Amino acid sequence: MAKHYGRGIAAVNYPTGMNLGGDPTQALIFCQPTGGFSVKLASTDLGQGLKTVIAQIAAEALGVPFDSVIVDTGDTDSAPHCMGTFASRATHRVGNAVIMAANEARKALMDVAADEMEAAPEDLVLENGEIYVKGAPERKTNVFNVALAAHFKYGKTISGRGIYLKQKSGLDPETGACDPDSTEAHATTVAEVEVDDETGEVKVLRLSSAYEVGRQINPEMVKGQIISGAVMGMSHTLTETVFPYYPSLDHHTYGFGEYIIPTALDIPEIESVVLEYPSSNGPYGVKGVGEMTANSPIPAIVNAIYDAIGVWVTDLPVTPEKVLRALDEKALEAN
Amino acid sequence: MGVKQLGIVGQSVKRRDGIGHVTGQTQYVDDVFYTNMLWLKMVRSPISRGIIHGIDTSKAEAFPGVVAVITAQDVPNNWYTILCLIGVEPNDEPVLAHEEVMYIGEPICAIVAETEAIAAEAAALVKLDIEELPPVLDLEFAISPDAPAIKKWGNNTFMYDGYTHRKLRFGDFETAIQQADHIIEGTYSLSPIEHAPIETHCCVVKPEPDGRLTVHSNTQALYFTMDNTAIILQVPSQRLHMIGGTVGGGFGGKVDVITEPITCIAAMKTGRPVKWRWTREEEMRKSSTRAGVRMQYTDGVMNDGRIIARKVRSLEDSGAYHRHSPYGVQKHMANLPGPYTIPNVWVDAYCVYTNRQPSSAMRGFGVTEATFAVECQMERIARTLGIDSWEIRLINAYRNGQMRPVRKVVEDATLIETIQAAAELIGYDLPAHLKAMNSDDYAGNGGHHG
Repeated sequence: MAKHYGRGIAAVNYPTGMNLGGDPTQALIFCQPTGGFSVKLASTDLGQGLKTVIAQIAAEALGVPFDSVIVDTGDTDSAPHCMGTFASRATHRVGNAVIMAANEARKALMDVAADEMEAAPEDLVLENGEIYVKGAPERKTNVFNVALAAHFKYGKTISGRGIYLKQKSGLDPETGACDPDSTEAHATTVAEVEVDDETGEVKVLRLSSAYEVGRQINPEMVKGQIISGAVMGMSHTLTETVFPYYPSLDHHTYGFGEYIIPTALDIPEIESVVLEYPSSNGPYGVKGVGEMTANSPIPAIVNAIYDAIGVWVTDLPVTPEKVLRALDEKALEAN
Repeated sequence: MGVKQLGIVGQSVKRRDGIGHVTGQTQYVDDVFYTNMLWLKMVRSPISRGIIHGIDTSKAEAFPGVVAVITAQDVPNNWYTILCLIGVEPNDEPVLAHEEVMYIGEPICAIVAETEAIAAEAAALVKLDIEELPPVLDLEFAISPDAPAIKKWGNNTFMYDGYTHRKLRFGDFETAIQQADHIIEGTYSLSPIEHAPIETHCCVVKPEPDGRLTVHSNTQALYFTMDNTAIILQVPSQRLHMIGGTVGGGFGGKVDVITEPITCIAAMKTGRPVKWRWTREEEMRKSSTRAGVRMQYTDGVMNDGRIIARKVRSLEDSGAYHRHSPYGVQKHMANLPGPYTIPNVWVDAYCVYTNRQPSSAMRGFGVTEATFAVECQMERIARTLGIDSWEIRLINAYRNGQMRPVRKVVEDATLIETIQAAAELIGYDLPAHLKAMNSDDYAGNGGHHG
């Protein structure tokens, strides 16, 4: 009876956006009299941080300070259509729509600034809310002044409309030919486990991953996705099922007493590195990282278990019972 | 990496809603209360499959504090499917069951009462007369000729353009498998799992004096939910005002449009605000799950590790109704070959119906399952042939410019680069010929030119 160490790897791809496309999202942006920009969306933040990354994208595209951007999500009376938050699409779709809206709003802003500064719009530079004439930085104003002027002196709106749509692809029923995705993100995870051949328990020691997600808008939040996804993937592999004797309905779980998800003490060492190869169609090169982080840990752990004890348990979840039965079978075959 | 530096994009600014979330100040749907608000509880099927002969609500209606009982007759358009908005047909699910039940927990009638406790107590007084039929639970049995057809169209699979499954056909599998040095098979399966969001399903609807309905929802897709609800209510979408956008975890579990239509009907019928919030048990046992899936791989592999042929048969357990599974299986089909250049591919992906709580969208569905199978299968090939685990992936990894089985040219590949980076991260020194590979170069991917 012993504990066996094993290491396994898994390399995965993940498609960004609704399968086959056809999933639009819109954004509206308007400027308040004192230079605040409100981004109106009917998109949903599930806790992944959409509101924050969209404010970053809007601030970048508008050329204004992050703190002057307000992101308003979640009201169909005040914001245009969004297909929803799913399929690792939100940052990609919403981000593109917001950049389009921001470009229109920024142009309107700069037209007013040009009138106000008696300069050609193309000679003006807008950086972090400050506006100056190219080559003559002493001739300057700012978004606050231009917004006030637009409202109360010129009677001009500073606003923008944006939409992003990947046209819906057909699908050939004979061959399956189709254009399923906007881009593909990638990851490789290395799992290290310890398998107890007496109890059948699997302990995940470490999950080390390399991700490639296009451009990161907010690296700390990408890291958050990687850590939480690793934990979700680990528990999918080892403990989670609502039907422990699937396809039987027996012992259908009621709550977290029987349906086991990890808590703080179960979490292994998790480390990651992120590569950036910007996509051609994402906002600033974004690829979706939302869903994929729970994927590669699963086969990496199963492969590590094989490495540790030389048996394949490929029926999730890999419970101690299944590990022991597989070890028994192996012993029988050996005899 | 040659990525152009930007300003605020690329900076780890603090998330704006973090403090609110961790201090309990963020407002979720269950935090919404209205004066005079009623509460809703659902009467559900106690069995997996049966014919409904009677629903006796008289005792529940007479129970003090009960304001309304809602059955299928109260639902203007009771027979629907949520993906009708993207062209999926036929309709296959009742909002409230009245002819047959298809799974344990299927909604039959709603009790609307002055308190949640009264609604729950009265729900227990509804008498159901259901003739039990043997359930279909096993995937292989469901598609066998011996299984009773549980779907109205006469079998137990979603019909894709007249076929019982989605097909992917690329190259010539039958010929290639004959030429392979090794045939390596593997079966991979998953049982259904729960999304387990911290926030359970909750909906609050307030009828407004102008005749509109304010709908507080924790849906992941406000417009999708609004338009589906309008179809069920048979009212113009403009009559609904959806408020949401801040959700305590979704993971795909909150796109099924289950709570909003019933709560709207309850508010319209009573003229009062109504709240329906799910218990953890309802979330786990009645809401949709990730599908159970069974995938069988047959690969033809050469001595040098190149995979020249791959056949996959996959059965996905949709449970009793479509929900999002017909979509998920299409995505599954496209991803079952994996991110490898394999010149001959044959995939049959089935969306199968059984008498269990429906499965639906869940984080990565279609892809998560495929990825699990593909990567275990890659390891099995490596171990069978005695080839290094890193090398088997690197030599087969798709390269930019190659053709994927769905006939889309690879253009954003970095699988090789992440494999190399992962090796470096754990301090594993790859041999020089593997380190030299990259996604823009076919070298090492012999014979697999696009």
